[in-house]
Amino acid sequence: MGELAIELKGIDKSFGLVHANRDINLQVRKGTIHGIIGENGAGKSTLMSILYGFYQADSGEILVDGRPVQIRDPNAAIAAGIGMVHQHFMLVENFTVLENVMLGAEESRILNAGIAKARAELKRLEKEYALEVNPDAVIEELPVGLQQRVEILKALYRKADILILDEPTGVLTPAEADHLFRILEQLKAQGKTIILITHKLREIMAITDEVSVMRRGEMVATRETDKTSVEELAELMVGRRVLLRVQKGEAQPGDVKLSVSNLTVRDSRGVTMVDNVSFDLRAGEIVGIAGVAGNGQSELLEAIAGIRRAVSGSVALNGEAIDVTGHADPAELRRRGLAHVPEDRHHVGLVLKFEESENAILGYHDDPKYRRGLLLDIDAIRADAEEKIEKYDIRPPNTRLKTANFSGGNQQKIVLAREMERDPDVLIIGQPTRGVDVGAIEFIHKRIIEMRDQGKAVLLVSVELDEIRALSDRILVMFAGRIVGERGPDATEGELGLLMAGVEGRKEAAE
Amino acid sequence: MDFLQLFLELAQSTIRLSTPLILAALAGLFTERAGVFDIGLEGKMLGGAFAAGTVAFIAQSAMAGLLAAVVVSILLSLVHGYASITQRGNQIVSGVAINFIVAGSTVILGEAWFRQGGRTPALAEAARFQEIDLPFAEALRGVPLIGPIYADLISGHAALTYFAFLMVPVTWWILYRTRFGLRLRAVGENPGAVDTAGISVVWMRYRGVICCGILCGVAGAYLSLAANAGWTKGMTAGKGYIALAALIFAKWRPVPVMFACLLFGFLDAFAIRYQGTPLPLVGKVPVQLMQALPYILTVILLAGFIGKAIPPKAGGVPYVKER
Repeated sequence: MGELAIELKGIDKSFGLVHANRDINLQVRKGTIHGIIGENGAGKSTLMSILYGFYQADSGEILVDGRPVQIRDPNAAIAAGIGMVHQHFMLVENFTVLENVMLGAEESRILNAGIAKARAELKRLEKEYALEVNPDAVIEELPVGLQQRVEILKALYRKADILILDEPTGVLTPAEADHLFRILEQLKAQGKTIILITHKLREIMAITDEVSVMRRGEMVATRETDKTSVEELAELMVGRRVLLRVQKGEAQPGDVKLSVSNLTVRDSRGVTMVDNVSFDLRAGEIVGIAGVAGNGQSELLEAIAGIRRAVSGSVALNGEAIDVTGHADPAELRRRGLAHVPEDRHHVGLVLKFEESENAILGYHDDPKYRRGLLLDIDAIRADAEEKIEKYDIRPPNTRLKTANFSGGNQQKIVLAREMERDPDVLIIGQPTRGVDVGAIEFIHKRIIEMRDQGKAVLLVSVELDEIRALSDRILVMFAGRIVGERGPDATEGELGLLMAGVEGRKEAAE
Repeated sequence: MDFLQLFLELAQSTIRLSTPLILAALAGLFTERAGVFDIGLEGKMLGGAFAAGTVAFIAQSAMAGLLAAVVVSILLSLVHGYASITQRGNQIVSGVAINFIVAGSTVILGEAWFRQGGRTPALAEAARFQEIDLPFAEALRGVPLIGPIYADLISGHAALTYFAFLMVPVTWWILYRTRFGLRLRAVGENPGAVDTAGISVVWMRYRGVICCGILCGVAGAYLSLAANAGWTKGMTAGKGYIALAALIFAKWRPVPVMFACLLFGFLDAFAIRYQGTPLPLVGKVPVQLMQALPYILTVILLAGFIGKAIPPKAGGVPYVKER
């Protein structure tokens, strides 16, 4: 047991009604990489913002190197040797690297004196930690990985010994993430202490020495990384056992519910996004549309849902045509039994400034059961929302809370509850689990399979290949606007990957 | 030499007319670079001009008038700062409100105090900024070309005009060569970066707003103490808006601001010089059209000729920590 770089005792913090951190105790040993893991909204970022002086704890004590410190603002954190790399970079985009590094640590009122010194110091840091970056490059012209490196340099320039990284890999490509991990190893070898906040289990296992798990504002466990497992951590995060793959039985396909033939859709620039696509969707089956993002899946979904006009082709719902090339009316389609969970819940699926209960009926607000004459029946709407909250385990269970204040997973559940509870014949879902936590993913997958087992026809679009493979009874692969292949649920990742890259598809089409 | 004479006349008038524009546009530059948009340059200038006219008359001192203008203008910008920084209000609404309040209250106060129908009493020479003759201006007048340019164009302006032109390189230097400038520019682009660097976003923005107040005050004083002999109602006549246009036209950079203001000043000078005079090709142009020319050109220039003017990214947005 080495010395402690950081010790938190009884940290407590509330934002209005939300209790973000409850009596948190944490010990981080010097010269280690310490992971903090938890679902979105578990309070990780709040805790670290307290450590960096961005927020003040309501109560509790912070010790740095064994000495109690008051961290009232970021200045105090910097003085205590704490540096932070924020999830959303705190960089001035039209400044150079050098200007960004100097900002707030300029040495004197006139810049010139400090510039030479900063340049030399940057060069030294570059050498010591293998963090190459051109000091005169403008931030907005740098790739994201390098921007992050500038953030790290900023912290090191301010002589940080303890480095906090908040979800550092969220914006990085896998290769950039690997590079970051090598940098972190290097920093650790030089004696720095690193706190890594993430919700990705793989990263925790790959790089940390110790890991602390947060759940709903509480610190629930601390483990040595090599004495724990992905399964144990997932269980600690969610608070119960998590199935990483949901079980399901054979599909019992029935009648054709949705029939798409020769559908062609162009985007606003006139580029053909969906090119002569045809398929049938039957009751009691889940058809998954796989593909790399941007290959026409979004436009296909929007055309069927009646929110984007198609150029040609036809779509029939329950045997009756939808006017996809003219004025399809989404409200009309809803009445005819088509429910749509849009890909982009923030812009299409929800009005974030509305109360939960308002979003829970959005699009169905014409229904007489939500109305009293010309007015909305608020009591009925709230009662209805409460039922859905109960059934879909939406947290916090507060129908009057602004939707923006729910976590991504819970927002998604609000949309799913709204669409699924209307008992539609056809459910079309885009990216059901984008930005959603492990625990909620399991729930959502179960609900989608339940819908199928009730005899609904489900069309699923997702860029997560694992999700497509876990849920679909049939998989259609889209590439460059065309369906380039159909596979069963047992198709391998490699096989689908080739189709998605357009490799196999061209061959198949040629035959 | 007729042509030279004409050129000198127009150029000198351009400089006079550009001076308040340059001061006001630089004022706007300080606040907008800090992320606080200010449509109230007009109001602050007018308030400053009124204070200058009033105090200069009472104290019979131009310097006292200037000081009063700066103080009043700073107070007005602090109102704008309080509304838009501290209270996180809408910056456009606050700026417009200041314009209206000043336009109305100056007339009421002027009438109540002086009863001269919307003006302050005419100032004596001593209570105004005099034109300064630079050394050797008369001696050099005889030298061909350079002589008249030095004597008639460069020499013979009020001190505030020299101050305005001096402020151009000074502003550049402050913005790009000092710690204050670096932080000011940063706070207008990404206040989050400033906050996490341990610098107060609020204080930085207030400092930008105060700089704006000082320069607007000087611009107002120039109008009533140098360009005219006292304050008259609505004497800014849209100069604050033209300065704002110049600021956008110059993409928030000090040296281009000067050139943009000179251009607008020139248009104004041209309109004054040629109103009622028949022009070659087009013949006699109505006075109203000539007077509208600077504004029409502003619209055309802003609409198409400057390419994309990207304002400071955090401009107009009150800073709130996440959550």
